[in-house]
Formats: sequence, structure tokens, C-alpha cells
Amino acid sequence: MKPHPPARIAAAIGVLAIVAVASMPWWAERSSIHLAVEILATLALAQMWNLLAGYGGLLSVGQQGFVGLGAYALVVFGLQMGLNAFLVIPLAGLVGALAAALVAPLVFRLGGAHFAIGTWVVAEVFRLVVANLPFVSGGSGVSVAKTVMGMSAATRTSLTLWWALALGAGATLAVYLLLRSRWGLALVAVRDSERASRSLGIRVGRIKWAVWVAAAAGCAMTGALLFITKLRVAPDPAFSIDWTTTMFFIVVIGGIGTLEGPIIGTIVYFLLRQWLADLGSVYLITLGVITMLIMLFFERGLWGLWLRWVRWELFPVRRRLGPPRT
Amino acid sequence: MSLLEVHALAAGYGDFQALYGIDLALDAGEVLAVIGANGAGKTTLLRTLAGALSLRSGGIRFDGAPIGGLPAHRVCAAGIALVPEGRRLFPSLSVEENLLMGAYARRPGPWNLLAVFGLFPILREFRRRPATELSGGQQQMVALGRALMSNPRLLLCDELSLGLAPVVVRDIYRALPSVCEHGVSVIIVEQDISQALRVAQRVVCMREGRVVLEGLPGRLGREQIAQAYFGTLEEEAH
Amino acid sequence: MAEWINTIVQGVLLGGLYALFAAGLSISFGVMRMINIAHGDMIILASYAAIVGASYLKLPMLFTVVLVVLVLSALGYGAQRLVFNRTLGGDLLRPLLLTFGLSIVIRESLQAVFSADVRSVDVGPIATATWNLGAQINIGVLPLVVMLVGLASIAALQWLFARSRMGRSFRATSDDADTASLMGVDRKHIYALAMVFASAMVALAGVFLVMRTTVSPTDGPARLIYAFEAVIIGGLGSLWGTVAGGVVLGVAQAIGSRLDPGWGILAGHLAFLAILWVRPQGLFPTTRER
Repeated sequence: MKPHPPARIAAAIGVLAIVAVASMPWWAERSSIHLAVEILATLALAQMWNLLAGYGGLLSVGQQGFVGLGAYALVVFGLQMGLNAFLVIPLAGLVGALAAALVAPLVFRLGGAHFAIGTWVVAEVFRLVVANLPFVSGGSGVSVAKTVMGMSAATRTSLTLWWALALGAGATLAVYLLLRSRWGLALVAVRDSERASRSLGIRVGRIKWAVWVAAAAGCAMTGALLFITKLRVAPDPAFSIDWTTTMFFIVVIGGIGTLEGPIIGTIVYFLLRQWLADLGSVYLITLGVITMLIMLFFERGLWGLWLRWVRWELFPVRRRLGPPRT
Repeated sequence: MSLLEVHALAAGYGDFQALYGIDLALDAGEVLAVIGANGAGKTTLLRTLAGALSLRSGGIRFDGAPIGGLPAHRVCAAGIALVPEGRRLFPSLSVEENLLMGAYARRPGPWNLLAVFGLFPILREFRRRPATELSGGQQQMVALGRALMSNPRLLLCDELSLGLAPVVVRDIYRALPSVCEHGVSVIIVEQDISQALRVAQRVVCMREGRVVLEGLPGRLGREQIAQAYFGTLEEEAH
Repeated sequence: MAEWINTIVQGVLLGGLYALFAAGLSISFGVMRMINIAHGDMIILASYAAIVGASYLKLPMLFTVVLVVLVLSALGYGAQRLVFNRTLGGDLLRPLLLTFGLSIVIRESLQAVFSADVRSVDVGPIATATWNLGAQINIGVLPLVVMLVGLASIAALQWLFARSRMGRSFRATSDDADTASLMGVDRKHIYALAMVFASAMVALAGVFLVMRTTVSPTDGPARLIYAFEAVIIGGLGSLWGTVAGGVVLGVAQAIGSRLDPGWGILAGHLAFLAILWVRPQGLFPTTRER
């Protein structure tokens, strides 16, 4: 399937953007790089949440559980076992995947709406267990600055940025590739109709499980990265519902169930934060009201609105039936 | 003036159009049978009349008033009751409660619990049982009784004989005259053509969303009905 | 020994409060198939309404309770009719995302108005009064009152569902909303009515919560979780099951707290997960196969 012009332009811009961001350590200020890291990490989280909810049909209000596990993987492998922080990131992904696999048999007993709250309970269990475990210096939190000692500030900044790029762009690319694959087709089929999919022999349970575990790994890795930048890990910030709230805002405003949505949503989210953050609670209330209005009147989000006018797809994942090849 | 007037009615589900311009009229106290193969649009027609499905174009006048765009609960209050295909009894409710649900619209009239038990005495024995525990034929009686409880002027019966033994079907249709003696009009949709012809005063045959034949049961020949039902070979070639 | 009995008694009475938390959730899921993620935050909203009534406006306590119930019931009807109903009947995600957004709005609004301090409501000596049953067994009077009110409300609701015309229409709509509308049931109105009862229970829950303990604007999610756990433990479709679920949860939390203060809430979660693993349909499920 040849991508049509807008998609190719977008791909070109994307590659340029990635190169530009990757080269930031050589031309950008520290504070800009820090913002870029935050944006990319947030994008990664949003893509994971979108994969779960928009494509997998799994509404999880408990992804913060895996973000927190990633942060604590940093504590255990980085601080206590002395591994380099940046090597811990992929390990955190494994921890997240394992935890997800462990709780899957439990949470998947719950259907639809109940699943959402069940995941929240699981996240709370992670938080409470960790908070009560003295060997990770539970309740009061612990500094992880030591995990990045022994390298220059410049190296630390560069590695953080490149990892953020890997996670942010990587998550987007991974979901894109998944959707273009056979499994992606199955995923969308399951989202549209579970019953019909089952009758076609699609292993619905297997697919949902895979999406659940993959999203957990992604969130855990991002969690580890984020807390490398924060330098301090405590249970409440690590397992805070705010992670999920942010993912939710971004995906709904941008457009749930599309790849472009989380990107648009992330941009909008950070712009709004820039303009409105001084207003404190009003900022969050505004975001909340916007998502409610979107859910009531315009379910497809900003990207959906755009698509109404212009039939572009920057990430071509729709399959078209072409004329039969003779 | 007719009780029911349907003009150029069109309806469908999503992308699929099921009815193409149906014209129909029914007088008070009349029994009309609608026959046709599966997928002809018979159930769609009844559901559209009952307000369970919105019509795309055309009009429905009931007792002189337009009811075309009304939601199902308002159509019921106006005096049209549907016995749905497959019975659709409420599993959480007992037989008696199912019947009482029929009276939800609180329309005045001769039909109440006592009257329905009079029509179908066996139901009195099972009144407290969960409705879905009864046999198929008994469930059909509950469904019919439930529709009667709303004291309708027009009763729509969708496939009363579905899944039932012929003996049971005859029992149920035996109840029809007492329904009509109170002046209620009935439209019955039936797969069992002979049963339909036996009880109806007029017959309409549908195929692929259109009315293809209309007439009095006595006057229509078997050949004619079969042709209308299945379509002739010449028509299929187009 | 007496200490353990006291612990269990406390747990049971706490269960009464949890049953109140859960009843509203049970109703709205039972009738509309809707899980309101803002449920816990609405309980806290009721708590703050009680604070405004009793502490700011200095209204008599009983009057405040009635007022909060009326206000929340009206809000519930309006919210269901104007907002929630628009998202029902389609895919499951929309109402969940909508109520998730609502929960954030309620939480942040409360935070903006009342700031993050904890608050409570002064009900006078009844707050700390205990009733001594002899042999060192003490029952808190207020928790007992809450439990009794909880049981009475649930009994009333149960009667409503089983015997009244409205209750029949709730059950019929829950079974098959489509066919119910053929009988003359206005689905939108019935959903809104169900929400009235759910909101009344939410109001009672919030008022009693703030009498028993302190609240802060961010307490909503925890209440939602307890309510949800009570419903699942008890079994879907049964209000009395929800009471049983609340009691199991309360007792688990109480025993956990006794073993180690930090483990109390976790013990509740573990009990929930255990029941989910061993008996996913709950202790007393009554939902029929459709």
C-alpha cells in the first residue's frame, strides 16, 4: 500500500523532527531539553494508553501502577544493585511486563466497566505493597541521584534525551507497525466486535493479553526514565493517578483510537499547560470539562474533527479494498 | 376512515434498507395477515409501526393522528401493542410481573390480570414462576397477554408460531376471536401460511421490502401466493 | 479475645457504611449498566454539602441530611437526563470516559473551593459515644446508627424493586430496555429515576462518612474503590449481596489494621482479589442469564 502524499510529507517531517531532537544536546539549552524529555515521555505514555483503550478496547485506570513499578525498578536495580540508570530502563520494561502478566488472570475476570476499576485496585495494591516494604525505603521515598553519578552532566542529559526519543517515537512507531500487521487487523476487529472476531477464530483473549502486557512494559520503561529526571522516588508520586489522568486528557482531546490523536493531544496538553498552569485547579477543571464535552458531542477528538474536513491519514493504517488483480 | 394508514414507508438498519415504500391501510376490528419469506421485511414493518425503529421516510397515521416519528413508549400509549418476535419476556420477572409490565402504560380497557387469566387459565397456575421457565407455548401466551394488558386498539403479532408445535399454535390462535370481539385490530406476521389464511380477513405478501400481493384469503390461489412469496423466475433474471 | 471481637464488630459496622457507598453504584449498574467513575467523588461532594450546611450555615443536623439528600437527588436526575443518557446505549467507553472527566472536575472544584485541608462535621457527643455490651465489648453508637440506616435504606430499596410498579420497570428495563419501551416505559426517564435513588444513597453515604471521620477533596477515588469492591464481593444484581460485600470488606480492613496499621486498606484489596480469584461471580450473585 503506497502512502499518499500527506503521509509521505508527514513521514519526512517526522524523520527531520527526530534528527533535530536527537541533535539537541549540541544546540539547545538544558531547560529546553528537559521539556523535550517530558513531552516525549508523555507521548509514550499516551500512545500506550491509546493502544489499550482506543485499539484494545481495554479502559485501564491503573496504568500508574506500572509507571510506579518502573520507578521502583530504578530503586532496586539502579540504587541497590548499582546498575547504570540507563540500563535499568529496559529492565523496568521487563518488570512491568511480568507484573502485568501476573495480574492478567485476575483483572481479565472483570468485564468492560469493571475492568477499569479493577486495574485501579491493582495499581493501589502495588502502591500499598511498595509503601510498606522497608527495603525499598517505602513510605518516605528515596533519592536515586546515585544511579546517575559517575557520568558527566552532558552525558546524562544526552542519554536521557535519546532514551526519551526512543520511547516517544518508538512507542508511536511500534503501534503503527503493529496496526499495519496481521495482529493489528485482528486488534481492530476485536475492538469493533468481539463476538464476530471470535467466530472468525481470532484469539481474543490472547490479543488482549498481549496488548495489556506491552502497554505495561511501555509505561514501566517510561516511569523509570521519568524518575531518572526527578531524582527522587516516593510511593505517592510514583503511583499517582495523575499519570493516568494526563494520559486520559491527551488521548481523548487528541482523538482516541488514532495514532495522530496522541501526538496532537500531547501538543495541545503542553500548550494549555504553558498558558493556564498559573490558574492551578482551574486548569485541571478546564481540561476535565473539555474532555466531557468531547465525549458528549465530539467523540473522535481534535484529530477526528480534522479528519471530517480532510481525508488525510498521516499514519496510513486503514486498509482499502482495491480492484481485483487480474 | 381507517384506523391505520401507512404511506410510502421506508425504514432500515444502518446502511441496510429493509422497507421500500410500503402502503397499507387497516380498519377497526380487521385482522390482516402479512406473509413473506425470511428477510422480506415483515418484522421491520411491525417494529417501525410500533416505534421501535425510526422510519426513514413516509408516514404512519393512527386514528387520524401522525405517529411516524414517535418513540416506542409514546406509540404504546397511543394504543399500539407489539408481541415481539421470539417473545422477549423479561427473565427477571415472574409471569404475573411480566403481565403487569404490559399494563405499565395504564390505558383504560377490558384487559387486566383477571381477563388474561380467563383467556389463558394455565397462566394462573404459574403466575409466580419466572416467566422464562415456562414452555414455549406458555411463554407465547404470556407475551400475548402482556401485549393485551396495554389495552391496545391495534395489536401487532410477530411470528406467534415461531418454534411451537402445531397443536400449541392452534391453541394460541383460538384466543384471537376474543381479542377481536372487543374491537381490536390485529396485524399478524406468520411463516405458517395456512394458519395465517385461516384467521385473516385480508392478506398482504411482502418480498424484499415491498408489498407484492394483496387480497382476500378466499380469492387468492396457491399458485399466486407462491409466486408472490418466492418471486418468479423471470423476475429473478432482472 | 475481647479485642478481636471488638475489631470484628468495628469491621461489620464499617461494612454498613461501605454498603451505603456501594448501594448507589449497584443501582446505576443494575438498571443502566453504567459504572459512574465519579461515584466516589459524588459521595465526597455530599460530604462537603453537609459541611456547608452544618458548619457554615449552622443548620440542624437532621435538616442538613434531608437537604443534602434532596439536593443530590435532584442533581442526579438532571445529570442523568441531560448528560449521562447521551452516552448510553452505544459503546462502553463513552460513559466511562465521560464520568472519568466528571470525577476530575468534581475533585478539582472541591479542591479549589475548600482547599486540601481535611474537614469533618460536628455531631456532638454521639460521635464518640460507645455502647458497652459487657465483657469489654464496645460498640460505637454512631457506626451502629449508620449501619441501621444502611440496612433500613437497603430494605426499602429492595421493597421498591421487588414490589412497586417503578421497581418492576427498573428490572424490566435492566433486562431488556428495548422491549420495556414497547410497554410504554420511557427509558430516559427511568434511567434518571434510578439515578435519583442512587444519588439519594450517595448523599446518605457522604453525610454519614463526614460524621464518622474527616474528608478531603481527593478522597473520592478511594470511596469508589471500596464501593466497587463491596459490589463485586457481594455479587452483581443483589442489594443484600452488596451489604454482605461491604461487611466482608470492612472486616478484612479492620483485621488488617489490627495486625499492622499500614496494612488495613491493603488487606481489603487482597480480600477483594481473593474473592475475584476464587469466586468471580461474588458471594450472592443473582444476575440471571439473559
